[in-house]
Amino acid sequence: MPQEQEQKKVQKKGGGDESDADAGQVQSSTKAAELKEEMDDILDEIDSVLEENAEEFVKSYVQKGGE
Amino acid sequence: MAIPKVFGTETEYGIAAAGAPDFNPVLSSSLLISTYAGSLRRIRWDYEQESPLRDARGFEPVPAREGSDEDLGLANVILPNGARYYVDHAHPEYSTPECITPRALVIHDKAGERILERSLDEVLTSMPSAPPLSIYKNNSDGKGNSYGTHENYLMDRSLPFGDIVRDLTPFFVTRIVFTGAGKVGAEAPWDERGHSIYQLTQRADFFETEVGLETTLKRPIINTRDEPHADPESYRRLHVIVGDANMCEVSTFLKIGTTAIVLKMIEDHALPDLSIVNPVQALHEVSRDVTCTREVTLTDGRQVSAVQLQWEYLEHAKKYVEREDDTPENREVVELWESTLGALESDPLTLHRQLDWVAKYRLLQAYRDRDDLEWSDPKLRAIDLQYHDVRRNKGLYYRLEASGKVDRITSDAEVERAVMEPPEDTRAYFRGRCISKYPDAIAAASWDSLIVDTGADALQRIPMREPLRGTKQHVDGLLAQADTAAQLVELLQS
Repeated sequence: MPQEQEQKKVQKKGGGDESDADAGQVQSSTKAAELKEEMDDILDEIDSVLEENAEEFVKSYVQKGGE
Repeated sequence: MAIPKVFGTETEYGIAAAGAPDFNPVLSSSLLISTYAGSLRRIRWDYEQESPLRDARGFEPVPAREGSDEDLGLANVILPNGARYYVDHAHPEYSTPECITPRALVIHDKAGERILERSLDEVLTSMPSAPPLSIYKNNSDGKGNSYGTHENYLMDRSLPFGDIVRDLTPFFVTRIVFTGAGKVGAEAPWDERGHSIYQLTQRADFFETEVGLETTLKRPIINTRDEPHADPESYRRLHVIVGDANMCEVSTFLKIGTTAIVLKMIEDHALPDLSIVNPVQALHEVSRDVTCTREVTLTDGRQVSAVQLQWEYLEHAKKYVEREDDTPENREVVELWESTLGALESDPLTLHRQLDWVAKYRLLQAYRDRDDLEWSDPKLRAIDLQYHDVRRNKGLYYRLEASGKVDRITSDAEVERAVMEPPEDTRAYFRGRCISKYPDAIAAASWDSLIVDTGADALQRIPMREPLRGTKQHVDGLLAQADTAAQLVELLQS
């Protein structure tokens, strides 16, 4: 899906997103490459277990009431 | 002297139907429960002893009784394992039977997940026309709506409630370093970063006050609902609403085990004043710090991190357990608490096998790295939600578990047994066994009563006001002698 990826890059350049500073501050001792190797199988599984149109699904996920 | 801690959890599960946004969550929840319960759904819930509007600080309850979900014919059942499974507003909710060890609680909490999974499976296979439902054990929809996971602990009525507020608030603000279930995004209106942050907890953003009766608005860190479900002269039930729903067994074990020890210390006045200045703000700040190093200010002027404050609780707990309450269960809790704090101090991310917020964070981090995604990418929110799916072939927590990437405390066999069998060491045993043995004669039940139809003109109420009576040891002989519920009532009256 090259189109989608391209869109992401565009967003990143223009978006002024401060997310890396906020959420990603702990890289810690687990280096990205090691993590990738160990997590490869589960990452492949993620796409197969997410709902179809996962992004739409999570946007429509609204819970009312409770407690 | 502290009283024994009896505890249980109540979990409201998220419910959705992919591609069917118009599905009815209330009726779908009821369908799940009544399908699972089968003929047991005939047994009513006995509301007589319930008073959710009574306030632990001594305020008068509001007398009006609004129509309950049960009046609308929604499912509300008591299961053979002593649990309650019912519709709470628009969610299926599972309340575990009463337990006295954190390990037993983890087993029964997991049994709840299996019951939801099985309910879903039964509905989807037996009713092809049902909406494509899915169930999530989490606490937030990411859009400012939260649903609860509540803990309940038996407390000594004679303890002043103010002592609980003072000594427990700092503990609750800081225990999230190991109890948090992790969340992509901020939902507090004041935090404009929206989806682009990661938090330790699902729930912190929904807490706005320190103490109060509310559970759906202006949520308080310490909830004052005073509804003991036991002898009100002797006990209160501390209703804790500030926790997250956990998937990781170690997180649940620590959440319940450490809190139970801290509550005993409070009853025995074994803690110094560790009050935090502005605990609500501190809760929000600690939740937003994945390094676990941000400091909070204590009323004595000291600045300490959440982990350091937990160390202080732990140091007191170690001495307390050794001196007052040296059981294998407590030793296990204290040891795990200590090793967890040690790891949080040196590198929180090493706890990816034990703690939900770390396991999820690591998963998201790896996915972001692979696909070069921003934190605000909606795909990450989908992964966050999918972590909590109760189906073992779909939920990402369960995919981690299947590949040996998270630590277990229970075995599958123990959890499977707890789907049908009550704990043997609380009154849940009597409740569950009566449901199994005399299902047609139990007209209604609640946490502290059974209403039996013996065939006589009037129904008979069996009160169960002592949570530690009605254990296997107490009642197995009795149950063996009584072939019918009428004989049981006769034996109890003689």
